[in-house]
Amino acid sequence: MNTLFDKIWDAHTVRMLDGASCVLYIDRQYIHEVTSPQAFAGLRRRGIGVFRPEQVTASPDHNIPTQNQHLPISEPQSAEQVATLERNCAENNITIFPIGSERNGIIHVIGPQTGLTQPGMTIVCGDSHTSTHGALGCVAFGIGTSEVEMALASQCILQSKPKSMRINVEGELREGVCSKDIILYIISKLGTGGGTGHFVEFAGSAIRSLSMEARMTICNMSIEMGARGGMIAPDEVTFEYLKGREFAPKGEEWDKAVERWKSLKSEDDAIFDKEETFDAADIEPMITYGTNPGMGIAINAEIPSAEGLDEASKASFDKALAYMGFNAGEKMAGKRVDYVFVGSCTNGRIEDLRAFAHFVKGRKKADSVTAWIVPGSKEVERMAIEEGLRDILQEAGFELRQPGCSACLAMNDDKIPAGKYCVATSNRNFEGRQGPDARTLLAGPLVAAAAAVTGVVTDPRELM
Amino acid sequence: MRNKFTTLQSTVVPLPIENIDTDQIIPARFLKATTREGFGENLFRDWRYDNNGEPKADFVMNNATYKGEILVAGKNFGCGSSREHAAWAIDGAGFRAVVSSFFADIFRNNALNNGLLPVTVSEEMLAEIFKAVEANPATTLKIDLSEQTIEIEGQPMKEKFDITPYKKQCLMNGYDDVDYLVSIHEEIENYENER
Repeated sequence: MNTLFDKIWDAHTVRMLDGASCVLYIDRQYIHEVTSPQAFAGLRRRGIGVFRPEQVTASPDHNIPTQNQHLPISEPQSAEQVATLERNCAENNITIFPIGSERNGIIHVIGPQTGLTQPGMTIVCGDSHTSTHGALGCVAFGIGTSEVEMALASQCILQSKPKSMRINVEGELREGVCSKDIILYIISKLGTGGGTGHFVEFAGSAIRSLSMEARMTICNMSIEMGARGGMIAPDEVTFEYLKGREFAPKGEEWDKAVERWKSLKSEDDAIFDKEETFDAADIEPMITYGTNPGMGIAINAEIPSAEGLDEASKASFDKALAYMGFNAGEKMAGKRVDYVFVGSCTNGRIEDLRAFAHFVKGRKKADSVTAWIVPGSKEVERMAIEEGLRDILQEAGFELRQPGCSACLAMNDDKIPAGKYCVATSNRNFEGRQGPDARTLLAGPLVAAAAAVTGVVTDPRELM
Repeated sequence: MRNKFTTLQSTVVPLPIENIDTDQIIPARFLKATTREGFGENLFRDWRYDNNGEPKADFVMNNATYKGEILVAGKNFGCGSSREHAAWAIDGAGFRAVVSSFFADIFRNNALNNGLLPVTVSEEMLAEIFKAVEANPATTLKIDLSEQTIEIEGQPMKEKFDITPYKKQCLMNGYDDVDYLVSIHEEIENYENER
């Protein structure tokens, strides 16, 4: 077995339990306020502590307000959850980046940004978008709270080894197409269960050509096709991104690390359980029309019909269109947009804010649109202010909010009202995801920008 | 120590919808608790209740005809968020097994870690179950974990289902993984020292 995935997984296998399950050692665990309290409660009940607190890092992100973060959280349950995280970290000597502190942010944004995430590692977090970290060449995946407890108790989890899958995207991307479009395109082709049971390596010249942050967007959404995780072999782009970051190795250690990381790739004769190849030239700016991330089309295409689907799938398809208030055969372009959300662990990094800001520069937000621009971390917010992006946004009628998961899952006050349409750069368009009866159209930052200034779904290339 | 799972014979609650994600099973706004209890009330919250908290008559859990300890759902059940609250909610609502033709990975692990048995059946068997329950809501399924079999009572259709030997032992004996991992701390330390 000589895929990149096998190399990292096998090197972290402490022991095999049966033909399928193994004890997997975890290099780095990230925790947040929503999926960790019951795990700490479990440890207390058992009378045990955290096994390797120095390998655990916490950041409150899911539940926090994106305005007035200097004030106490007004919603009592959210406040209690965040306070519980702080207490659990203090009691167990775990490093936490509290709300408002310079390192706070969405855990999947700050892991890479601080250099805590490094090639070759195994990383877990009680959040399915932990797959984001795979962009740096690690085996990173989301787990449930029982597994959070396992990792806290032993720095290991029990896991069946997933199968391996490679997705190649070859050739040159067309103008106006970004990495979000690539991953929405792939999921639209493979479906929301197309990667289930597999760990995906993304490869090919189009993937190689992407910046580090653009790669994170791809790996982030690998869970949306059901994959256990996604990863990209580390290369010069990776090393350049990590060099000098706070927790990255320094000096001689850095040189040794890079030498080691260079071996992290699938061998030429590596065999994957499943392999798919796509042509980058076929990919256009994408948008979703339904209630799962696989229901995406090119922005100028028509909503497909349920024709050809079996009875069970047809019912689910019709249910999705009814929820969205759309009909088969309609074009997405021109549809009304009430809200625009830019942010999340998918597209809340500085490059996303730059892309959005540069697009709206010299234009004005449509009066009918409410827009929330939410940086993925305090550091992204700082950079956006320093680079003058906040000024550009303000000039165009947009407000830069404070970091957090925000309207991606609407656990805080950032909820889309019932029946309203929101173009969101986040990762899920499930029913009610952004608030009860809210309707989500997933897209990249450029499509979001074009919708924000026109008030309707618009191909950004028409305005470029 | 959890409840032990050996065999289960029960009527079912049928939910013939595909790609049921964990946001439907338990919406994010109900994830603010710091304990594992109480999620059952909000299982399928937005399908089950309207915005005023009134039960929606057309949802199966509000139909007294259908009840039981087995939830049967369309393929790709439990996709999306890793929230274990989804498994807690199903467990909390009194289910002990979920039957589908395809489960999302994280949900399956979460279910197993809570003594909730995910049973993967063929597309044909799933269709048969839905058909049988529609014809007669009193139809019962029989699940035997030791034999790894599932059958529709009174019908010839019977299938084997997969589960790893380790997880099967855990469920049948009520063990959990944390106890096991803590018991091998020394081996984990050796691994750390030798790498």
